[in-house]
Amino acid sequence: MDITVNILLTIATAATPLLIAAIGELVVERSGVLNLGVEGMMIMGAVGGFGAGYLTGSPWIGLLAAIALGAVFSLLFAVMTLSLATNQVATGLSLTLLGLGLSGMMGTSFVGQPGARLPNLDIPGLTAMPVIGRLLFGQDPIFYISIALTAAVMWFLFKTRTGLTLRSIGDSHTSAHALGIRVIRYRYLAVIFGGACAGLAGGHLSLVYTPQWVENMTAGRGWIALALVVFASWRPWRVLAGAYIFGAVWIGQLHAQAFGIPVPSQLLSSLPYLATIVVLVLISRNKRLTMMNTPASLGQPFVPDR
Amino acid sequence: MMRLELVKRPQRSMLFSALSPFIAFALTIIAGAILFALLGVNPLKAFQIYFLEPVSQVWQLHELAIKAAPLILIGVGLSVCYRANIWNIGAEGQFIMGGIVGSSIPVLFPQFEGPLVLPLMLLFGMVGGAAYAAIPALLKARFNTNEILTSLMLVYVAQLFLDWLVRGPWRDPKGFNFPQTIQFNDSAILPELMPASGRANWGFVFALVAAVLVWILMSRMLKGFEVRVLGASPRAGRFAGFGIKRMVFFAFMLSGALAGLAGISEVSGAIGQLQPVISPGYGFAAIIVAFLGRLNPLGIVAAGLVLALTYLGGEAVQSALGISDKVARVFQGMLLFFVLGCDTLIHYRIRLIGLAAPTLEAAPKLEEAR
Repeated sequence: MDITVNILLTIATAATPLLIAAIGELVVERSGVLNLGVEGMMIMGAVGGFGAGYLTGSPWIGLLAAIALGAVFSLLFAVMTLSLATNQVATGLSLTLLGLGLSGMMGTSFVGQPGARLPNLDIPGLTAMPVIGRLLFGQDPIFYISIALTAAVMWFLFKTRTGLTLRSIGDSHTSAHALGIRVIRYRYLAVIFGGACAGLAGGHLSLVYTPQWVENMTAGRGWIALALVVFASWRPWRVLAGAYIFGAVWIGQLHAQAFGIPVPSQLLSSLPYLATIVVLVLISRNKRLTMMNTPASLGQPFVPDR
Repeated sequence: MMRLELVKRPQRSMLFSALSPFIAFALTIIAGAILFALLGVNPLKAFQIYFLEPVSQVWQLHELAIKAAPLILIGVGLSVCYRANIWNIGAEGQFIMGGIVGSSIPVLFPQFEGPLVLPLMLLFGMVGGAAYAAIPALLKARFNTNEILTSLMLVYVAQLFLDWLVRGPWRDPKGFNFPQTIQFNDSAILPELMPASGRANWGFVFALVAAVLVWILMSRMLKGFEVRVLGASPRAGRFAGFGIKRMVFFAFMLSGALAGLAGISEVSGAIGQLQPVISPGYGFAAIIVAFLGRLNPLGIVAAGLVLALTYLGGEAVQSALGISDKVARVFQGMLLFFVLGCDTLIHYRIRLIGLAAPTLEAAPKLEEAR
């Protein structure tokens, strides 16, 4: 029983950063913007979170720094694509390239240093309960944030007027603009929210998952988060399910390596990436489904005419 | 509070079309100066070490050519994809696969020597890269799967595959357990161009030839026209009878073949054996090269040399000033950012509007009233 609980806990830890980054990107894409810079914002969050936690000794300050750095970094993308109407695909790519370079440079002095780790929740009485105690009341704080965030985004997108407006912008920015909606302003806020989420996801990696700084430690998780949004056909609860499936794949291959299964470790390590491809194919082959759910103006630059 | 407003130009500005890479480069220099100052280094001294010293001697120009060759080869191929609005960002993986498939000849048949070895290796490299690029192309054409994500995922898979090969079945049995293959025999080594003055090899010539050929393809042949029409308007392309699916395969496999050629040229020219890592991110830097060269093969030659210089400069400041060579990646990222930003000037005029200015106070009110 204990082993099962442990495995479930590690799956949750692996799924949390994917979930947070993907939920953020989902909001961005619902507003009609495709930000391929998730990997870059995430790694900036990771290095910023580790650095602030290491220098101040407080993982909580690290957490705030991760969020702030992700948001500030996404602002670069927002200015480029929204104010200067640049190509979103190319700009997102350059955000990722810049983030990987900057984080590597900022992190040179952090390599090999012990980091600060966010403490797990510990409620006397509740956490000690068998089985469900640690699952429900003994995880790291970001886990709870990720679940709350998913619920909040679900509520915001589908139960509030602002959420409806945001979705309408994603489906047709010209119509929304004609109705007097400030398209660019909404998109700025959405992109910054996505950046903050990606930063938080990166902070989870360097403050909870492996409390240390390793160059390129995101290892493609930002890209997998992007794939999760497509996989979930832009629905928050499906992102949640997808993130946990991928968390399970990630942990499964690590356990398989540890058990010494007679398969090359490199093949096991490539499973999450191969799984991403397979899942994308399975989802996208249903053309009607993807056509129906994709925000119609996704990735198209918008310049208001006056 | 200031606000930017874009005003569409009636036609694209030829002036900014020519100037924008230079403005972008100037902005990168300014941002770089700030970066160096923040790191506590005198920017002028840093720039001298970064941009001038790496190209002050003849043998260093050879090093520049070695670094520029893969960037140009890959960048030229990617430009065709991006013109067609097809987003191959997995060139790094196609580069690795080209290196692996091409190397299979000297690794598996070390006794095989003669003038046939090298052409076969280069051919294998191109086939390897093209075949690997055909995977995302097939998935996009057949299942409508997003090619950005699949081609990128395949980079990680290729890296792990290479890692497995050089630690497992292809490891040199007499190599003291180092993760590398045997040294290639002499007939599997890409010859140097001018051995008297430096190391530069035929890879650079391949790059120049590829740039000229792709330039002819894009500007003088029907296929190039097809690429541009489908990129600008898939609908118009369909009316003209151009097949978008065939174009996906064409663009992916052409760029994959060139990336594969770059890969095997790098392995057989600059390295001489397979190692766990054979590329310092050429496949990604080449994306920047493609855009900095304005997606024009001849511009890409110049852009490839510039990006190659950022690699050499990164190594130079690391050894001279003790700054991480990651600074090269930062420079490359900034360069792409500024290029994309400056490209806006080609299609739009930018007006700065101060919202606080008294004459314009009516404007926001008008908007609210609407």
